[in-house]
Amino acid sequence: MSCRKTYDAGVKDYRETYWMPDYEPSATDLLACFKITPQPGVPREEAAAAVAAESSTGTWTTVWTDLLTDLDHYKGRAYSIEDVPGDDSCFYAFIAYPIDLFEEGSVVNVFTSLVGNVFGFKALRALRLEDVRFPIAYVMTCNGPPNGIQVERDKMNKYGRPLLGCTIKPKLGLSAKNYGRAVYECLRGGLDFTKDDENVNSQPFMRWNHRFDFVMEAIHKAEQETGERKGHYLNVTAPTPQEMFKRAEYAKQLGAPIIMHDYITGGFCANTGLAQWCQENGMLLHIHRAMHAVLDRNPHHGIHFRVLVKILRLSGGDHLHTGTVVGKLEGDREATLGWIDLLRESYIKEDRSRGIFFDQDWGHMPGVFAVASGGIHVWHMPALVSIFGDDAVLQFGGGTLGHPWGNAAGATANRVALEACVAARNSGRDLEREGKDVLTQAARSSPELRTAMETWKEIKFEFDTVDKLDVAHR
Amino acid sequence: MSEIQDYPSSLRDPASRKFETFSYLPPMSSEQMRSQVEYIVAQGWNPGIEHTEPENAMDNYWYMWKLPMFGETDVDAILAECEACHKAHPDNHVRLLGFDNYAQSAGASMVIYRAPAV
Repeated sequence: MSCRKTYDAGVKDYRETYWMPDYEPSATDLLACFKITPQPGVPREEAAAAVAAESSTGTWTTVWTDLLTDLDHYKGRAYSIEDVPGDDSCFYAFIAYPIDLFEEGSVVNVFTSLVGNVFGFKALRALRLEDVRFPIAYVMTCNGPPNGIQVERDKMNKYGRPLLGCTIKPKLGLSAKNYGRAVYECLRGGLDFTKDDENVNSQPFMRWNHRFDFVMEAIHKAEQETGERKGHYLNVTAPTPQEMFKRAEYAKQLGAPIIMHDYITGGFCANTGLAQWCQENGMLLHIHRAMHAVLDRNPHHGIHFRVLVKILRLSGGDHLHTGTVVGKLEGDREATLGWIDLLRESYIKEDRSRGIFFDQDWGHMPGVFAVASGGIHVWHMPALVSIFGDDAVLQFGGGTLGHPWGNAAGATANRVALEACVAARNSGRDLEREGKDVLTQAARSSPELRTAMETWKEIKFEFDTVDKLDVAHR
Repeated sequence: MSEIQDYPSSLRDPASRKFETFSYLPPMSSEQMRSQVEYIVAQGWNPGIEHTEPENAMDNYWYMWKLPMFGETDVDAILAECEACHKAHPDNHVRLLGFDNYAQSAGASMVIYRAPAV
């Protein structure tokens, strides 16, 4: 076959070499599921083999140096093809890659192969990476979350409930001192964390070091006043890695418990380095996901968010934004539950009803808090507690800062609502059915909550999801 | 502005101090306490009791009341220990924990008797 040791110049069909329907994937193979939309007239096997080739050892023509190595050992193998339920324009192709193709501990290297040149390949109209199975042998080479859920709970002294946060608004334009005021008010009112908006880095209106200084005073004062531990995600996302580490060092020097990074715009290389720094320096790491929707929203092209979730868990972070299911941002409920499991659990079974194509074993790698943020307010609290469980950070931006009496009252309203929902859940009540009762009861002893419930009663976001799970008869 | 309510909290006033989960709700009734104990038992967690002077509530380590009650599932027995700790230390916060030995962390932690000074 293709491993014939003679040099035969020219272009060969990819399927001669890369389509291996009898191949049994090995436990150490990295497995990928692509959704392929081929150009008209390209057979499925040829398209699948082309993706396997272009994302591993292949190039468009045979070269003599192919014969200097054992390409059959290194090549990606397209081993299975499946219909996409409810969509005839595309199909799923399953490809196995030998672990030797990838540098240890480098999501950068893995994805330079898997979603590299192949995504511009002309024989395909569109290509989407739906899921990746990382073998435990590869997982063990990655650093992963710097602290993990349990360590964060112990450091922050928060048990038996989701954590509560808020992004400071307006997102751009506040001076450092006014910004610190907004942080202080939120924290003294009962939030655990406040957050820099993702695009707050170091602009002329508020340089990063001024922000860090004022925010730390806000944290210290709120801690003394409430007797509880508090934090603010200081965004260290920066133009260069050197500058990023400089900001991280300064945050540590100030005694900040947590910093923040944007792992897609900042880059996987910077993120992995920062996560390792956080582990060495005892710092929690909050991860934002700006740019993810560019990659994950189109059902036919790009990278599914569940893959971006796996990238983050391997690269490292203690929190990751996951969508809320109920708020203003995109997110199908079952699919969201699937990637929340991928973030937090140690072993996740294949489950097509949640869009999970492979078993994933994370071994001892710590879990990551799911962060629900965007367009949520007290009325969403029962559903959020029910959907996310305890290992989540629920972030109410407008839902805190927009309270008619100010941030502190807004924070208290959310804290009372959260604790009432957790207490009710623990007593065996069904939050999604009895949520209104639970909140109404709690509001009797909290004027802050009562006012919040009157303010946001009517707001809803009821647009249909663009990226749905693939099911027949949509 | 008259409709806006002031947020009454200060460094000087000890009543402004909170103590984490459920401290923003009114004190627990004995019925509510029982259902939280039932929850801890139902999760398969080991109940434990700790107490502290309110001014030291931010510390990681409170005083342990005896040892965690490994394997105890009798809700009345657990509640009786909670009450015994409270009787012995009436001026302290008393918290109930559920130790999850798989996660190696507390699955639940809540103050069930609040110190009178707060």
